[in-house]
Amino acid sequence: MLDQSYYQMTDEIIGRYGKAPASLIPILQDIQEEYRYLPGELLTYVAGEIGVKEAKAYSVATFYENFSFEQKGKYVIKVCDGTACHVRKSAPVLEALLKELGLSKKKHTTDDMLFTVETVSCLGACGLAPTLMVNEEVHPTMTPEKAIELIQELRGESR
Amino acid sequence: MGIMKIDGRKVEFTDEKNVLSVIRNAGINIPTLCYHSEVSTFGACRLCTVEDDKGRTFASCSEEPRDGMVIYTNSGKVKKYRKLIVELLLAAHCRDCTTCVRSGECTLQELARRLGVTDVRFKNTREERPIDDSSPSIIRDPNKCILCGDCVRACEELQGIGALGFTFRGTDAVVMPAFNKRIADTFCVNCGQCRVFCPTGAISIRSNIDEVWDALADPDVRVVAQVAPAVRVAVGEAFGVEKGRSVMGKIVNGLHRMGFDEVYDTTFAADMTVMEESAEFLERIEKGGPLPLLTSCCPAWVKYVTDQRKEFIPNVSTCRSPQGMMSAAVKEYYRDPQKAAGKKTIMVSIMPCTAKKMEAKRSNSFTKGEQDTDIVITTTELIRMIKNFGLDFSALMPESSDIPFGFGSGGGVLFGVTGGVTEAVLRRLIPEHDKTALDEIAESGVRGDDAVKELTIPYKGMDVKICVVNGLANAARIMDKVKAGEAEYHLIEVMACRRGCIMGGGQPTHAGPRTKAARAHGIYNADNVAIIKKPDENPLLNSLYETLMKGKEHELLHNEFY
Repeated sequence: MLDQSYYQMTDEIIGRYGKAPASLIPILQDIQEEYRYLPGELLTYVAGEIGVKEAKAYSVATFYENFSFEQKGKYVIKVCDGTACHVRKSAPVLEALLKELGLSKKKHTTDDMLFTVETVSCLGACGLAPTLMVNEEVHPTMTPEKAIELIQELRGESR
Repeated sequence: MGIMKIDGRKVEFTDEKNVLSVIRNAGINIPTLCYHSEVSTFGACRLCTVEDDKGRTFASCSEEPRDGMVIYTNSGKVKKYRKLIVELLLAAHCRDCTTCVRSGECTLQELARRLGVTDVRFKNTREERPIDDSSPSIIRDPNKCILCGDCVRACEELQGIGALGFTFRGTDAVVMPAFNKRIADTFCVNCGQCRVFCPTGAISIRSNIDEVWDALADPDVRVVAQVAPAVRVAVGEAFGVEKGRSVMGKIVNGLHRMGFDEVYDTTFAADMTVMEESAEFLERIEKGGPLPLLTSCCPAWVKYVTDQRKEFIPNVSTCRSPQGMMSAAVKEYYRDPQKAAGKKTIMVSIMPCTAKKMEAKRSNSFTKGEQDTDIVITTTELIRMIKNFGLDFSALMPESSDIPFGFGSGGGVLFGVTGGVTEAVLRRLIPEHDKTALDEIAESGVRGDDAVKELTIPYKGMDVKICVVNGLANAARIMDKVKAGEAEYHLIEVMACRRGCIMGGGQPTHAGPRTKAARAHGIYNADNVAIIKKPDENPLLNSLYETLMKGKEHELLHNEFY
């Protein structure tokens, strides 16, 4: 059960766009921005409020890679594995991150809810390959060593 | 309006909404998997692809007819294209055809044969997914799904329920309820229209045939059948009988031959429903409410109200459905130890409907805490039983149903079509019973397969306003209007399936426009040949009211919805 405050927040977000089926995606985006993920209960709630069937709303939310029903860490690390990054050895960077954080291809988020590691297909910064993003910030020309340093830095920051 | 050339022949068209319809009207049965005229055009399967004179190929379902078009429906290019589509679909499809419940009635299987797909060159790379058998009515096997979306559109557009949706995308796409919930945990009303629309075995009827065979094999059990009105006009389709012809007599004989001890006609119980419901209706008018009275014979509709429109629960008639009334009456009859003669009675209900399987299990429909209807099988399952037993249907001689529950009026038979309940209730309410009076009711606007029919009937100095609606999405719109005060009725008859029970989720599939019309016609014909038209003039019913049912009407024939 989600806290009542989640529903109040959702009501406020719905208010921004209006109770219409066409408001679905912007509402879901704002919810995700607020909580860094899309709580399933809120998807059901929004669907009911704006007059969309739950299955339809779920269909939209799962169609877009961007929506996540899983709670994410404070730092979301997106490792680029596009062609340019891949040939310039992004795989070892990813490996190093996963090993350092005790994550795997199936487990994306650390238990302390600090880090989430994902791969993306291209960040559009091929000249800086291999690259990754931490939340909204781009980190260029990564190496496994630099990646681990970065993690340590972020850990320190959050203390 | 215009003329196009199809395979070298000139074809006129008028208001057809797409090229596909023009081609089909010209006598070419172009294959489709995702096209149904009753739901929106989807254009996903691409099997209806045709070629024009410029060598351009397009899906004919999604193209508007234009004057001067030149179309080739079977050029080498489109033939090759269609065959490849089916081959690719089969590649990602469970291919255990011999053991599939849909074998022989599967559109994909038929198309593979028709288009000459004899080999599938591709490996199936799809992960095996678990089967959802949580529903008492349907079984969902995602391994047989071809993602045509027919069930999704039927559920959302026709029924307004939207229990199913496309989820994820690309090679990960699956049709399933939100959050991969079990069907039983959604607002699914068990109507089975998804199964009617599904071209493969991905959604099928939950079969209860084995339970019936077990009961028939048990010497200590009296197996009693009841057969609903809509069943008799559809069974014949599977045995080459003229479409829409009532084969009730053959069904009765067949059931006796398979070992049923007694075969009763649900029409009898429909007459009871008319008696109870019209009494309730008059009482509510006298007491001033709650109105409008909502009919309760359709379990899918009742589930929709109790799930999603709770504010209207007091409006739902307390009458049990004909299935429920029949089973309660039969079970009461055999509560007398002398009549029971040491045997246990098992009530098998044969219905056009998948939702009846759910209704039978609904605890508020029980009598004395016992489930009255033990097993529900659909028309489709009855056909399978007849085939399984090896009965030569054409050689079956018609027999009459058994007494005391085997005789129904013409009004009772009408329950199989939309408007039928209303028409039967109107017959009950008027004192006359001559042909002119009955014709007047028939012509009052109650007949026909329109989704919504409104009629005003003068009765004892007041204007009785009635709404007859079929298709749950249409019913939802009517209830919205009633709630908003934009419409006022005394009685609303709802059947969840379009056209009523004749198009129920348990009926044989692949019913085109002619079959639909023939089934309705068959119901009206059965009424035409009935000697007694008015439910209140059913002599067997009246004698039962005096004996078996006396003082027990409420216990046996009503229930509360909460």
